[in-house]
Amino acid sequence: MARIVLDGVAHSYAGKGKAKADDYALRRLDHVWEDGGAYALLGPSGCGKTTLLNVISGLITPSEGRVLFDERDVTRLATEQRNIAQVFQFPVIYDTMTVRQNLGFPLVNRGLPADRIAARVGEVAEMLDLSDALDRRARNLSADAKQKISLGRGLVRDDVAAILFDEPLTVIDPHVKWQLRRKLKEIHERFHRTLVYVTHDQNEALTFADKVVVMLDGQVLQVGTPEELFETPSHTFVGYFIGSPGLNLIDCTLDGGDAVFRGGRIALDDDRLARVRGRNVALKLGIRPRYVEVLDRAGAETLPAQINDVEDLGTHRLVDLALGDGGPVIRAMVAEDAALPADAAFLRFPPERTRLFADDVLVA
Amino acid sequence: MKAVRPSGLALTCYLILLMLPLYWLIKMSLQSNEDILGTFSLLPVNPSFDNYITIFTDSSWYLGYVNSLTYVLMNVTIVLLVALPAAYAFSRYRFIGDKHMFFWLLSNRMAPPAVFLLPFFELYHAVGLFDTHIAVALAHCLFNVPLAVWILEGFMSSVPREVDEMAYIDGYSFPRFFVTVFLPLVRNGVGVTAFFCFMYSWIELLMARTLTLTDAKPISVTMTRTISAAGLDWGLLAAAGTLTLIPGALVIWFVRNYIAKGFALGRV
Amino acid sequence: MNKVQNNRAWFLILPVFVLVAFSAIIPLMAVVNYSVQDSFGGGVWIFVGTEWFESVLADERLHDALGRQLLFSGLVLAIQIPLGVMIALTLPTRGWLVPLCLIVLALPLLVPFNVVGTIWQLFARVDIGLLGHTLADLGIEFNYTDDPLHAWITVVLMDVWHWTPLVVLLCYSGLRAIPPAFYQAARIDGASRYATFRYIELPKLRGVLTIAVLLRFMDSFMIFTEPFVVTGGGPGNATNFLSIVLTNWAIERRDLGPAAAFSIIYFLIVLLICWMFYTAITRIGQADKR
Repeated sequence: MARIVLDGVAHSYAGKGKAKADDYALRRLDHVWEDGGAYALLGPSGCGKTTLLNVISGLITPSEGRVLFDERDVTRLATEQRNIAQVFQFPVIYDTMTVRQNLGFPLVNRGLPADRIAARVGEVAEMLDLSDALDRRARNLSADAKQKISLGRGLVRDDVAAILFDEPLTVIDPHVKWQLRRKLKEIHERFHRTLVYVTHDQNEALTFADKVVVMLDGQVLQVGTPEELFETPSHTFVGYFIGSPGLNLIDCTLDGGDAVFRGGRIALDDDRLARVRGRNVALKLGIRPRYVEVLDRAGAETLPAQINDVEDLGTHRLVDLALGDGGPVIRAMVAEDAALPADAAFLRFPPERTRLFADDVLVA
Repeated sequence: MKAVRPSGLALTCYLILLMLPLYWLIKMSLQSNEDILGTFSLLPVNPSFDNYITIFTDSSWYLGYVNSLTYVLMNVTIVLLVALPAAYAFSRYRFIGDKHMFFWLLSNRMAPPAVFLLPFFELYHAVGLFDTHIAVALAHCLFNVPLAVWILEGFMSSVPREVDEMAYIDGYSFPRFFVTVFLPLVRNGVGVTAFFCFMYSWIELLMARTLTLTDAKPISVTMTRTISAAGLDWGLLAAAGTLTLIPGALVIWFVRNYIAKGFALGRV
Repeated sequence: MNKVQNNRAWFLILPVFVLVAFSAIIPLMAVVNYSVQDSFGGGVWIFVGTEWFESVLADERLHDALGRQLLFSGLVLAIQIPLGVMIALTLPTRGWLVPLCLIVLALPLLVPFNVVGTIWQLFARVDIGLLGHTLADLGIEFNYTDDPLHAWITVVLMDVWHWTPLVVLLCYSGLRAIPPAFYQAARIDGASRYATFRYIELPKLRGVLTIAVLLRFMDSFMIFTEPFVVTGGGPGNATNFLSIVLTNWAIERRDLGPAAAFSIIYFLIVLLICWMFYTAITRIGQADKR
């Protein structure tokens, strides 16, 4: 187990020195993965999360910066010298071996005594509910069992610094996905290994991780707990990407102390006003659909809106509205039993829930 | 950057050994018979293109190449035309006798050509095709068609059925779907199949020799002419042999990308 | 893959069926016909039943040739398959060297059979051949026309030269089809080079190796032209393989009855061995599934 430090790491596939700013698959980044933490690397395809994972595992040597495992510089060390384990997108198992042999393989290669291997394999198999399948051929098991074997090969070694997951649930049937995810959580609580989990599925990331790292275009936008990402997204992309549906975003301009947009205006507090006043920046207001209040009559701080559509999602309803007269579209999440006006509604954005972004970056 | 690895060294040695006999052939083709028999040397003594000039100025020589290429190309065309629909049927449908048909086809690949020599001779005489290009092309189908169906079936099975279904939903007719949608998806397979058919048809001699006399006589048979009263003309023989390498080399050049990607041949 | 039941698929098979029927069934019927009849000339044929089969099966020359043929195919497979796999493993995986290596490798494959014979004749002769001459300089009297062992070495070497590249190409593409994640996992698990080969590469090569073994067995078992050009079956009968014996009977001596019976037996032997091999391989495959 180890604390993993990325010190000014950047990577470009173009090769050192030749890269222009746009060529970087991974822009300069400093980050610390605390020992025993469960991290998710979240972002759309091609955002650099797999590159980052490969930098940690040693499959890629970063073109700039250093990688430290507990103060030890491992930047130039090969994968096999780093004590990491990895679970890949598609299950990697050794076809001709039984489950037992598969699980024991990393230990056999490291020359451990047979009884020690047998004990470890038994322990891990039990943990992963594979005890009954130990003597079966690994190739004939289902995809989720194969992924468990891949994970097991990481768990049998007690020297691993971190276990890395590269979208491990891609080929798993939806109804077993949550079981496997819970298993992972359980394993994390029991062994306190450092886990780094790459995914583009926010549900996986938010349920699995203590800390989520959101990436876009080779850059880390925000690192935080699921709650932080939800409540105070530091970037409009994070707001939009996390949550379903994402953050409502409204383009606006300043007029005196108000943020003005098509269909209305909202007063801003002095603190935030001071931060954006006089700066030539594009401003956006953001609010989570679940915090938008839909009222049937006008009141203080309300904005008129038209209801376009109501979608019943079982536990709550999703209301699609247009601000003012054909203004920006706002989505609101209301309780199942809440009374809704027929078509003309009034919206209230609670100031404590409303976020302001300047050039897509949160104005705190 | 790196020192030469032992595996790289072994590979280089193997490739050099592989090329040595070919080098020797080419070396001899550049020499006169007297020089070949007179002195032993690693490099050609008095190199000249005389042997090649002899071949290219004598129609009975160079027509051999034309004949060989003609029936080989005919064979590849025929094989692909019949094997593509058949392989599609085997990869997509179950039908009465499908397995038996497939194994019967494959069993023809296992028939020693020597077995069929005499019957072929008589059959093609009887239907008046003896000593024509098409006769050799048809005879070579015996081993090339089963192989082609086998290879193509493997490639086609790896294309998901959904592709076909989507195309039919989009209103494609079968021929149009096959040519514009399906063929591009299995083009690696077609390339590999064409390579194999060309290879086996080009190098085969026994049937080609039996089924031809003069008009369609392949180059490899023409080569045996160099055995004259005065003994072998080694130089001329080597030159003729060297020239048989060229079509093969060209084919390899054209399929070089398929070789790396598509040779896995699907499943067994 | 779930296949759809559709008997109209036969229409797609029909061209193949007609073509192969023309070039296989009709000639095969002629062979069967000959094998059970005898001719006294003048188009008079009489039915002799299994007489030819019995005489052929009892024929020493056939036994000897079959023995030689099995030895040859066995030797050739034993050399070409491991050598082919090894060479495939050493081939580069990317860069400009790849097409170069593949082209050089594939060249021998496209040399016509009798030209292969010619090449090796030229190459192995003591007076003008590089191989023969070099060996002579080393003090080895290499003479494939007189010494049966030398003739065998030449013929086997020739076949190895001609066909190992096929095994290499098949294995190479088989290796390329292995996803990189498997190699990465092996590195992470600390597997040695040998373990990576044994547990990842070899199992994934099973499919292409089956094809390679089948093709190489069939073709080596039917070999005719190469030894015919180089040794003519000699010295003595040392390299007299089945096809050479057969063509000798059928074409030169016109012993149609025995030749036809011989043909059928020959064909059946190839079928039988291929079938046994195929069944053995599928058995292993099914055992794996348990």
